[in-house]
Amino acid sequence: MAAPVQSRVDAATPTQKLTIGKALNLGLRAAMEADDKVIILGEDVGKLGGVFRITDGLQKDFGEQRVLDTPLAESGIIGTAVGLAVRGFRPVCEIQFEGFIFPGFDQISSQLAKLHYRTQGRVKVPVVVRVPFGGGIGAVEHHSESPESLFAHIPGLKVVSCANPADAYWMIQQAIACDDPVLFFEPKRLYHNGQLKSEVDTTTPGGPLFASRVVRRGTDCTVVAYGPSVKVALDAAAAAAEEGRSLEVIDLRTLSPLDLGPVFESVRRTGRLVAVSEASSESSITSEIAARVQQECFYSLEAPVLRATGFDTPYPPSKLEEHFLPDLDRVLHTVDRAMGW
Amino acid sequence: MSSPEQWTRPEPGEGPAAQAAQPSREQVIAGLRNTDAGGAEVTQLLTPEGERIASPQFDRYISDIDPEALRGLYRDMVLVRRADREANAMQRQGQLGIWVPLLGQEAAQVGSGRALQPQDMAFPSYREHGVAYTRGVDFKELLGIFRCTDHGGWDFQAHGFHPYTIVIGNQVLNAAGYAMGQKFEGKVGDDDGEATIVYFGDGATSQGDVHEGFVWAAVYDAPLVFFCQNNQWAISEPTERQSRLPLYQRARGYGFPGIRVDGNDVLACLAVTRWALEECRHGNGPVLIEAFTYRMDAHTTTDDPTRYRLSDELEVWKHKDPIERVRVHLARNGYADQAWFDRIEAEADEFAADLREFCFNMPEPPPDRVFANVYAEPSPVLDGQRDEYLSYLAGFVEAGER
Repeated sequence: MAAPVQSRVDAATPTQKLTIGKALNLGLRAAMEADDKVIILGEDVGKLGGVFRITDGLQKDFGEQRVLDTPLAESGIIGTAVGLAVRGFRPVCEIQFEGFIFPGFDQISSQLAKLHYRTQGRVKVPVVVRVPFGGGIGAVEHHSESPESLFAHIPGLKVVSCANPADAYWMIQQAIACDDPVLFFEPKRLYHNGQLKSEVDTTTPGGPLFASRVVRRGTDCTVVAYGPSVKVALDAAAAAAEEGRSLEVIDLRTLSPLDLGPVFESVRRTGRLVAVSEASSESSITSEIAARVQQECFYSLEAPVLRATGFDTPYPPSKLEEHFLPDLDRVLHTVDRAMGW
Repeated sequence: MSSPEQWTRPEPGEGPAAQAAQPSREQVIAGLRNTDAGGAEVTQLLTPEGERIASPQFDRYISDIDPEALRGLYRDMVLVRRADREANAMQRQGQLGIWVPLLGQEAAQVGSGRALQPQDMAFPSYREHGVAYTRGVDFKELLGIFRCTDHGGWDFQAHGFHPYTIVIGNQVLNAAGYAMGQKFEGKVGDDDGEATIVYFGDGATSQGDVHEGFVWAAVYDAPLVFFCQNNQWAISEPTERQSRLPLYQRARGYGFPGIRVDGNDVLACLAVTRWALEECRHGNGPVLIEAFTYRMDAHTTTDDPTRYRLSDELEVWKHKDPIERVRVHLARNGYADQAWFDRIEAEADEFAADLREFCFNMPEPPPDRVFANVYAEPSPVLDGQRDEYLSYLAGFVEAGER
């Protein structure tokens, strides 16, 4: 049996200074405390606390039947999570790196996404699949990819990505509480980034899960991003401000369903949009944004929607990743093109 | 006698085994096929001739099967076969888009299905119409899938019968997870314990998901009965294309018992599945059962078995028919007379006529069904797409074009 749980969130201090990684850890802990049907499955998530330590200490406090070190097979992780959800559990799967999710793709697209539809609503599968994603960590192949568009394309799934500690803390809890399957993409290179460490209000969520948010106000050009690219966009906006250019930055937060209302509203004011993502551009989240914005904001656009993204190549050896990843300079260059159109 | 292991891994040294010519792969497989013919490995309680064989290990699991209960199993199989034939015919008449016949597998499905307790859960593939019937799912509720009006409409929880799974092997992992949940909830360990059974075929045993299901169930001691209906054919591919080893023997590598049962013997399927479920509900799972049977008809109504198998094979298996042996046993022992058999036939005809009547009158699903239940939570995006499409459709009506 699990030992009595001591909450690590101190109720007397409603705000804590947290990194994204620690916020996720505390968010998972809070979800497990709130509902004993919440269980965690993944490779090395128990004693080790996950290769990124996001589940650190959870098995110790909640026991081996709620934090499961699973055999090494991603289809097994997702497939058994589906069965556990049918049984009434709320499984949270950890996929160690996004490049390893593909053995589980069949279970995700064939069962997880479709059971509710197949059964005309009789079977709910409230499974969260946590996926550390994105590059910039100097890793070997399969450890730096951005496959989120593949999942956003599948009806029946919801796909979100957090970009700051407060969202990490609340979005993971909201995803677990959601009755639909949620793919939860985590910006792995920011997990333990001290610059992003910030006060998190652990008493009140900042807003609903499936909503995008303006994170910096501006007037000249809108920049939309998600996950690790939000920090890049914000840094670019700060640099642009020094040159007297005002960028509005929107954190998309939800990739499926997309919440583009704030983007439309912003583009109608600025007349320009740059979409930023580490994913390859073809048939991606940023393509979808471009299509929808031209449809909704046609008469407001002063320039075509432009994109700063990864190239349509496999992720390169990481000695080359600085060329692949859309960085501050590439975002600003794309903004320049939009402004000069 | 040499064993398959010795053929493939001869003893070292100067002996005859080391010097003998190594058999070709085809010869090895041919030898293994001989071991596949059933023989001493297969658990059988009722021979194809209707003779009851005593089994010290399994008789106690069917001690309650008196003549009345056996007549019940016979009736189950006759009704299921009659409905299966009716559905096959309705596909030929264009009333169903496709049918997946179970002909020949009635004993495997009724025997194992009747072994289940109400608290148990069954995960089918897509041919388990006989199991569905034993779980109280109305045969009519299966038709929507094959008339393509829905993807499965029964109440899975009320019946303890999961939706059909069409992607080969997926359900094995889902069942493993469900069984893990039964264990985590403390529902395993006594006579009233819960267990899960999952159905899959010989072809599915090649899928990674089935392998992973074996691994997961084993390492978490899940109360899961793997019920493999080896009907000898995965569409056109024989079992030898899936395995060198008799399938039930795979269990050993995963660390749990495997057993081969005569899949055309309803008593053996009932007894062995009851045993396996008892093991699981008491915490000794998982167990693999290989029900050795034969797909007497095509894979589906779109398939043509004459392209890949000989009619001789079919003729051999006709002598092992699952229903006929029970009929002989009932008649020979005076447990049922001709009038009773005639009544069951009449009941089966009525069952089929009812099914036909229902099928012909099934309503077309309304177009807004396309958009329904994609998500459990409200979806404004899909609501918008639905409304836009329905108003587009309404435009045709307003224009008098529909």
